[in-house]
Amino acid sequence: MSFLKKWKEKFTSKEKQEEVSGKYKEGLSKTRKSFSEKINDLVARYRKVDEEFFEDLEEILISADVGVSTVMELIEELEMEVKRRNIKDTSEVKQVISEKLVEIYQGDDDGDENISLNIQADELTVILFVGVNGVGKTTTIGKLAHQLKSEGKEVLLTAGDTFRAGAIEQLNEWGKRVGVDVIKHSEGSDPAAVIYDGIRAAKSRNVDVLLCDTAGRLQNKVNLMNELAKVKRVIEREIPNAPHEVLLVLDATTGQNALSQAKTFAQATDVSGIVLTKLDGTAKGGIVLAIRNELGIPVKLVGLGEKVTDLEPFDAHAFVYGLFADILEEE
Amino acid sequence: MAFEGLADRLQSTIQKIKGKGKVTEQDVKEMTREVRLALLEADVNFKVVKDFVKKIKERAVGQEVMESLTPGQQVIKVVKEELTALMGGDESKIAVADRPPTVIMMVGLQGAGKTTTSGKLANLLRKKYNRKPLLVAADVYRPAAIDQLETLGKQLNMPVYSEGTEANPVDIANKAVKYAKQEHLDYVLIDTAGRLHVDNDLMDELIQIKNNVNPDEIFLVVDSMTGQDAVNVAESFNEQLDVTGVVLTKLDGDTRGGAALSIKAVTDKPIKFTGMGEKLDQLEVFHPERMASRILGMGDVLSLIEKAQENVDEKRAKELEEKMRSASFTFDDFLEQMDQVKNMGPLDELMDMIPGANKMKGLKNVDFDEKQIAHVEAIIQSMTAKERQDPSLMNASRKKRIAKGSGRSVSEVNRLLKQFDEMKKMMKQMTNMQQGKKGKKNKKMKGFNFPFM
Repeated sequence: MSFLKKWKEKFTSKEKQEEVSGKYKEGLSKTRKSFSEKINDLVARYRKVDEEFFEDLEEILISADVGVSTVMELIEELEMEVKRRNIKDTSEVKQVISEKLVEIYQGDDDGDENISLNIQADELTVILFVGVNGVGKTTTIGKLAHQLKSEGKEVLLTAGDTFRAGAIEQLNEWGKRVGVDVIKHSEGSDPAAVIYDGIRAAKSRNVDVLLCDTAGRLQNKVNLMNELAKVKRVIEREIPNAPHEVLLVLDATTGQNALSQAKTFAQATDVSGIVLTKLDGTAKGGIVLAIRNELGIPVKLVGLGEKVTDLEPFDAHAFVYGLFADILEEE
Repeated sequence: MAFEGLADRLQSTIQKIKGKGKVTEQDVKEMTREVRLALLEADVNFKVVKDFVKKIKERAVGQEVMESLTPGQQVIKVVKEELTALMGGDESKIAVADRPPTVIMMVGLQGAGKTTTSGKLANLLRKKYNRKPLLVAADVYRPAAIDQLETLGKQLNMPVYSEGTEANPVDIANKAVKYAKQEHLDYVLIDTAGRLHVDNDLMDELIQIKNNVNPDEIFLVVDSMTGQDAVNVAESFNEQLDVTGVVLTKLDGDTRGGAALSIKAVTDKPIKFTGMGEKLDQLEVFHPERMASRILGMGDVLSLIEKAQENVDEKRAKELEEKMRSASFTFDDFLEQMDQVKNMGPLDELMDMIPGANKMKGLKNVDFDEKQIAHVEAIIQSMTAKERQDPSLMNASRKKRIAKGSGRSVSEVNRLLKQFDEMKKMMKQMTNMQQGKKGKKNKKMKGFNFPFM
């Protein structure tokens, strides 16, 4: 009990965090409700902690897209923990469940991992966006451009998606909305060349942050992944230490394939962080658990809606708090 | 690949059973658990899996499996049959209205691929059914969605109806249908904005469009990579709009596509088409049996065979086979054969269709670099006609010349020659085996590599 209390205090003591977690709570209300409702349901239904109980728990976690292997590991640990503490009552198990889930979310380092974007203080920062088709790369760039600009940063966008019909226009439209310039070539041109021009322009205009869009590509297309690796090499060549961030954009509704995406994109481009989009639907976002657990790539940003302001820095505490708010509040 | 197929999953259980004379109920239970895990790993919704496994269990505990000599194979067979049955028959028909135009609405979540699919579908209607479709840009929300459709229209040389972003989508749809009548266009494809199934305002907008234009088809476009949530999305769209069919997109990726099964199970609406690539002709008819194999991780042999049939000239293939038999296979034949394989599509895609290919040693982490093939081609093309017929002519100075001509190194030329030689030997062995001589059981197969790997 004390664990959860301490943890809860950690939040409630800081007002700003309260505000953030409020937003998460709103965005995740559907997620949280169904998820913890189910856990509560489960706890109420079974009085004894037995095999069937664990099987049901397994299902709840799987239905949140947590991923089979992560769930299996978790269940195994839970079973051991239950045995160790000699827990027979299901209401006590609830606490162990949330503890274990939190552990997976935060890892061993108490969640102090640096998940803020690596923005250079007084030189050009280059951020490369990668991901499969239709996950929301361009939209995320629009939102992030808005955010950075309102922080007083000079932002430039590069339309590296020269393949999809209308992609350049889409980024251009975002540029207009947010009020930042967009470097673009015509459709069908070499993406590496566009990015190169973007870097040149960013240097000569003394821009703070350069956001590079790329075409969506499925991770099993070797040629397209090579093209992406080339884009990254061009950036590396022009600016040492760049790109400062390679953000993999993931759709929260994606199932197990998200892991394969994260693995392959990380191989090609050294992904430094993940943007989890479309978390405002009924998708549970359990994939975050699996990705952090299996790949160790931190989630840095979360898309919680369609408004330009609906991009939040990922806050593991707030995220977990959002998921388990009503379990915690009962304590 | 990150996932194990059902066959692999069942392996260990089968190993245990092998020594036993009889399969017990406990064994069946273990096997059905593996089935369950395989389906869950393929993103089939857990509720759907539950019902499904129950059915399998019933059949398995019955005599069908337990008395079979190969219980593992039998389980896989039962599972595949049930899966295929659940997914329904081939239903790729598109409605035709009694009075044209036929109206089709495309709906779905953001980023599912509605606009691209609209373009592909219009292309298919014109190409296969000889229709004159009108594309309608009713996505006024996403920046440049209209531009995207207009660009597709230009690429396809097809009319696109749009009124800019200020107009109301319901009005746009209404006017588009009128416009189609005027212009004697017989299909109207309405590309709507992506929306969340829980967004009531936007869902209302779809219902209004539906009530206004009375579509003959409403296609729900779903990303094949969707996880457990596919059920909620499909259920919700279907409840509110009564969709008539489903299009599964991005199936050219490496997703298992369990969402297909979930959607079919909760909506009972046919999956009509699948998006198989980014090009506008890559919309294919949905094949339930192939999808079943894919979900189970068993490869897609049928598609492979079909591709081969489409692209390989049968007569030439026979000739080649004859040459292989008689071991008179030359570099020229090899070049030709490579051409035929290349026609079938990217190699990595082909390999994905071969069951167990990802498990084969040496094949597992091979990046199929099309460039390698180009290198091999260049080397062969740098040989003289004589050299191609008779590689034994090769000497150091010839090799040097070939290396120079092809821009590759001498060692690469050597490697190709050696591999070609080995290949010929193996062919001879294989044909011997086919002819009934009980040869040494393909010992040579091990370590054999195609020259372009």
